[in-house]
Amino acid sequence: MSMVLFDVPGPKAHARHKVMAVIGIAAVLAGVAYVAWRFIATDQFSERRLDWINYKQIQLSLVEAIGNTLSAFAAGAVLALAFGAIFAAARLSDHAWVRAPAAVIVEIFRAIPLVIMMFFFYYGLPVAGVKLSAFTAVVLSLMLYNGSVLAEIFRAGINSLPKGQSEAAYALGMRKTQVMTFVLLPQALRAMMPTIISQLVVLLKDTALGFLITFEELLRWGTRIGGDAVNFGRPIISVMIVVAAIYIGLCLLLAWLANYLEKRNRRNKKVIHVDADDIPEMAPV
Amino acid sequence: MSVLTNNLDLFLRLFGQTLQLFAISAVLSLVLGTFLAALRVSPVPVFRGIGTLYVTVLRNTPLTLVFVFFVFAYPLLEILRIDNYVAAVVSLSLYTAAFVCEVVRSGINTVPVGQAEASRALGLTFVQMLGNVVLPQALRSVVPPMTSTMIALLKNTTVASGFAVVQAGNIRESLSEQGENVLLGLLWVALGFVILVMPLTYAQQVFEKRWSVAR
Repeated sequence: MSMVLFDVPGPKAHARHKVMAVIGIAAVLAGVAYVAWRFIATDQFSERRLDWINYKQIQLSLVEAIGNTLSAFAAGAVLALAFGAIFAAARLSDHAWVRAPAAVIVEIFRAIPLVIMMFFFYYGLPVAGVKLSAFTAVVLSLMLYNGSVLAEIFRAGINSLPKGQSEAAYALGMRKTQVMTFVLLPQALRAMMPTIISQLVVLLKDTALGFLITFEELLRWGTRIGGDAVNFGRPIISVMIVVAAIYIGLCLLLAWLANYLEKRNRRNKKVIHVDADDIPEMAPV
Repeated sequence: MSVLTNNLDLFLRLFGQTLQLFAISAVLSLVLGTFLAALRVSPVPVFRGIGTLYVTVLRNTPLTLVFVFFVFAYPLLEILRIDNYVAAVVSLSLYTAAFVCEVVRSGINTVPVGQAEASRALGLTFVQMLGNVVLPQALRSVVPPMTSTMIALLKNTTVASGFAVVQAGNIRESLSEQGENVLLGLLWVALGFVILVMPLTYAQQVFEKRWSVAR
């Protein structure tokens, strides 16, 4: 927290801050109240519109939808980590003929929007006679995009280690593979763990893009149940609140894990501290 | 190649739409994001709380969900009628603003404490200090990460193709209606994005080298 930007408030400033706080709270409350009033005025929480919660089949389909989202996330995360590790190793290679193509591939996959990749796998490839399921298309796209970003993260992590680490390892007579696996990678992984996990949060959020190619994940489930005008009178508001809460909960869980690991790292003196701000492209969106 | 040359006007028109959507959302998200960052470092705890809440919620929500909310759910509230294009601009701006806010805030944190202390000693108010002393300096260290946020926004505009907002993501639909080769068409779209993003990435690296301040 950048408390340095202002003095410790005195009595006058305290009074002023209180007035501003009251105004701020009033403004926010007015906004919330207005939205709440619209919710009630348009009858979004009527019994009929909340009735979907009571159906066992819908509850089961919700669990299934969460399962689909999570399995796409798990498969995508594992493949992306593997892809990232391989391409980071390739980009750090001593041979230019390995380094150059790896760099080109990573840069290209980072530049193509995920949606276009998913369209390519789901709508494009059937033209060439290759038919993929929506799940496979989502997982492959997630692997290529997040794998490329992770490759950059791994590479940045290894490059950010003090030079003395690899020099000492080479001086001990280790080969390049040994230097990497025994000395550099373990340290880089620890230092970059929070960044890696926040990239996994991005991956989890990006599974929702599967919505665009009819992958039956959480968001698609939400629009299906929420759009049901016949049985529930389009309860999309209440359904979307539930869906958003689930997504936010899952992401916060991961973010909490990242925080926990970062705190543990800070206590651990064996970890070399890398400033994540040193790596500009690490702002995950 | 014929897929591109036969439909060159379609490609140019829809990529133009993408750039328009990007430009409007970029400006709006930069303004809102900077304002949120100011809230997050302000001396009033309530303002900080509001800023933090906004960023936490929006950063952990998928963009597609924000789109679904503004396109499908928001009209049911009957507040103000907006068409899908406006809904897309609002979704992209609100979502990206949370990331802009974090970038600006981390930039503010890189400005040395002495700068803020000196301006306080000169009697500047919080707003004067932020606007005249801290933010102009923060801006330099912010440019590279802000460029990546903007690149992400440019790529995120394609999410709008699921919501009847015409931009480069819809080239596939038009091509498949005309019976063209969708596979090649999508490769051209991907190449288009690579061409749009690469200069930005390059500019980011140049800025980073030139603008990095030795501290």
